[in-house]
Amino acid sequence: MKKLTFALAASAAAVLGFSSAASAADKTKVCYVYVGSHTDGGYSQAHDLGRQQVQKEFADKVETSYLENVPEGPDAERAIERLARSGCSLIFSTSFGFMDATVKVAAKFPKVKFEHATGYKSGPNLGTYNSRFYEGRYILGQIAAKTSKNHGAAYIASFPIPEVVMGINSFEQGARSIDPSFKLKVIWVNTWFDPGKEADAAKAMVDQGVDVITQHTDTTAPMQVAEQRNIHAFGQASDMIAAGPHAQLTAIVDTWGNYYVKRVKALLDGSWKAEQTWDGLKEGVLTMAPYTNMPDDVKKMAEETEAKIKSGELHPFTGPINKQDGTPWLKAGEKAEDGALLGMNFYIEGVDDKLPK
Amino acid sequence: MHIELEKRAAMSPAFSILSPLLALALTLVFGAIMFAMLGKDPVAAMSAIFVEPLLETWSLHELAIKAAPLILMGVGLAVCYRSNNWNIGAEGQFTIGAITGSYLPIVFYDWHSPLVLPLMLLLGALGGALFAAIPAMLKAHFNTNEILTSLMLVYIAQLFLDWLIRGAWRDPKGFNFPVSRDFAPEAVLPAIWEESGRAHWAFIFAIVAAGLTWFMMRYTLKGFEITVLGQSERAGRFAGFSSKKMIWFGFLFSGALAGLAGICEVSGSINHLQPAISPGYGFTAIIVAFLGRLNPLGIVASGLVLGLTYLGGEAAQLSIGVSDKVTRVFQGLLLFFVLSCDTLIYYKIRITWTRMRGGVA
Repeated sequence: MKKLTFALAASAAAVLGFSSAASAADKTKVCYVYVGSHTDGGYSQAHDLGRQQVQKEFADKVETSYLENVPEGPDAERAIERLARSGCSLIFSTSFGFMDATVKVAAKFPKVKFEHATGYKSGPNLGTYNSRFYEGRYILGQIAAKTSKNHGAAYIASFPIPEVVMGINSFEQGARSIDPSFKLKVIWVNTWFDPGKEADAAKAMVDQGVDVITQHTDTTAPMQVAEQRNIHAFGQASDMIAAGPHAQLTAIVDTWGNYYVKRVKALLDGSWKAEQTWDGLKEGVLTMAPYTNMPDDVKKMAEETEAKIKSGELHPFTGPINKQDGTPWLKAGEKAEDGALLGMNFYIEGVDDKLPK
Repeated sequence: MHIELEKRAAMSPAFSILSPLLALALTLVFGAIMFAMLGKDPVAAMSAIFVEPLLETWSLHELAIKAAPLILMGVGLAVCYRSNNWNIGAEGQFTIGAITGSYLPIVFYDWHSPLVLPLMLLLGALGGALFAAIPAMLKAHFNTNEILTSLMLVYIAQLFLDWLIRGAWRDPKGFNFPVSRDFAPEAVLPAIWEESGRAHWAFIFAIVAAGLTWFMMRYTLKGFEITVLGQSERAGRFAGFSSKKMIWFGFLFSGALAGLAGICEVSGSINHLQPAISPGYGFTAIIVAFLGRLNPLGIVASGLVLGLTYLGGEAAQLSIGVSDKVTRVFQGLLLFFVLSCDTLIYYKIRITWTRMRGGVA
C-alpha cells in the first residue's frame, strides 16, 4: 500500500515538476551550514548576520545560501555534500560537531573550498577559523566581580569541551583579578540550544542566591530569567539586550562578518588558501555589546581592559595561575600558549565545580 | 446537521486502497496552499521535496542511509506493538547497541581480523536486546508501565554514552574533544556499491529483516501467537500462549533490531562514537511503524517516504529557499493526513440532517 503511495507521490510530483528549471548561476556561490536556526538569537544567527554582510558587500558577484538546523553526524555529511554538489565554491560549516563530516566531504570534493569553525582538523582545501571568545569572557568576569554582592556567579555551560572549559577559566581569571575570593558555580545543561533546560538551570541558580549569571549556550532564555528575577546576566554570541533590558551588563558578540568578507574577497581574487585562523577582539570577530546597567567606574574598568587586550598588553591567561587543586600551572608572567588553551581540560583555582570526565 | 463516525462491521477494502491516495492528495493541496501563501512556487516546492532527491544516484544512497535505521527499528517495534507491548525506548536500545558494538574497535583497536565486524554486529544486537530486557523484566515481574520505563531508559543510555566518550573511551589523540578513536577499516560496515555513493549494508539488513519478519508474522506459529496475544490476552491464554513470555519476546526482538541499527549507524556512517549519534531515529521509528500499519513491508515503504521528506526538505531549503521549519510543517501535514485518513478504513462518516426545533414565527 505504502509502496503505491510512494510511487504515486513520485510520479504525481514528476508530472507537476516540469517547470522547475535550474536557476542561472554565473555568480560565485558561498554557502553556510548552521547547527541551529538562522533566527536563534544567538550563535547561528551571528553567523547568519555574517552571511548577510557578505551578501551585501558582494551583491553583484556572490550568491549566498544556507542549510539550518543540521544535526551533527551523518546528516551533516549529507548536508555539506549537498552544498558541494549544488555548486558552492566556498562552504563555511559553522559548528564544532560538523568537523569530521566536513573533513570527509572536503576530501571528496577537492575543487570546493571549505572552512570549519572551532575545530582542529584541516586539509589542503579545508581551513579552520575560530574566535578568541575567552578574551571577552575575561572582561565579563571582571564586571561580574564588581557587580556580585556575594562574591560569585553562575555559569550555564553546554558541553565540557576545551572551548567551553577555556571560557569558564577565563571568566574566573577575570573575576579573580578583581576579587580573589570569587567563586564560580558551573551548571552543565548538555545542550547548545534548549530554551527550557537553559531557563531551568538559570532559575535553579537564582534560587540558590546567585546574582550574576553568564552562559555558554545559544538561546536568550537565561537572560529572560535574569530579567524576571531582577539579577544581572551577560549575553552570548548575539547582543541580547532586547531580552534583558535591565539585566544585561554586556554581551560578547560574534561578529564574523568581517572575517567572512575577507575570506570571500580572497576567494574572488584567487588568493584563498586553507589557513588556521584564531582572531579575537583586536581583529574584530569578537566585539563587546555596550556596557549597560552598571556604574561608571565599572564601565571605565571594562573599557580599559578591553583596550589592553586589543593592544596585546594584557593576555587573560598570564601567570601566576594555579590549577583547581592548587598545583601551579603558569609561573608569574608566563602566558598560556594557544595549544594549551585549545586542549584545556582542567579548571583553574576558584571554579566551584568538578569537571565532568 | 451533525457528523458522526460509525464503526464499520469490517474494515473497508476500498478505503484501504483509497486512504493513502486521499491523504496524499490532501497533503499536496494543503502543502501547495501553504507554499503559495509563503510566496513560493508550489510546483517547484513539491518537485524539490518529492522528485529531486530521487533523480540523482548519490541522493538515492543518502535515502538508503536515512531509511535503514528507521526501517530496522520500525520492524522490531511493529512486532512488539502487535503483541500489545509498548516499547518507546528504541532510541536508548539504539544507543546501547552502538556502545556494545563499538567495544571491540575502541578497546581492542589493535585486533585486526575479518571476525571483528560480524562480532561487532552481534554485540550490538545483544546490547540492544539486553537493554530492552530491563523494561521487559520490570513489566513481566512487577507489572510496571513499560511505556514509562522504556522511555526513561533512553536518557540513561544517552548519558552513559556521553560519560564514556568524555572518559574512558575518549580518543587519546583527540585534543580532549569528546569523540572516540576512529574505527579501523575492518570495523567499518562496507558500502553496498562504493563507486556510486556511501550507502552501506545497513540498508540490506533492513530489507532482509523486514522480509523475514513479514514471513514470521504471516506464516509461522510465532506470528499467530503474537497476533492473538496482542488482540486478546485471555484468548491467547486459552490457546496455551504465555503473555509473560510474549513480553520478553517483544522487547528482546525490538531491542535487538534497535541495537543492530545502532551499531550499523556508528560503524557504517559515523566511523567512531560521539555524544550525538542519532537525530531521534528511535522516536521517528515509532511514527514509521504506525505509518506502515505495523506491517513489515509497509514499514519499508513508510521508512523510505519519511526519509524522502527529510532529504526533500533539505533540498527545498536550498533550491527554493524556504526555512527548515516550513518543511517540518509539511512533514506534519503528510503524517496528519495519512493517519487521519486511515480512520475511514474502520469507520464511516454519517451525516444526519435533523430538523431545527421550533418553527420560525
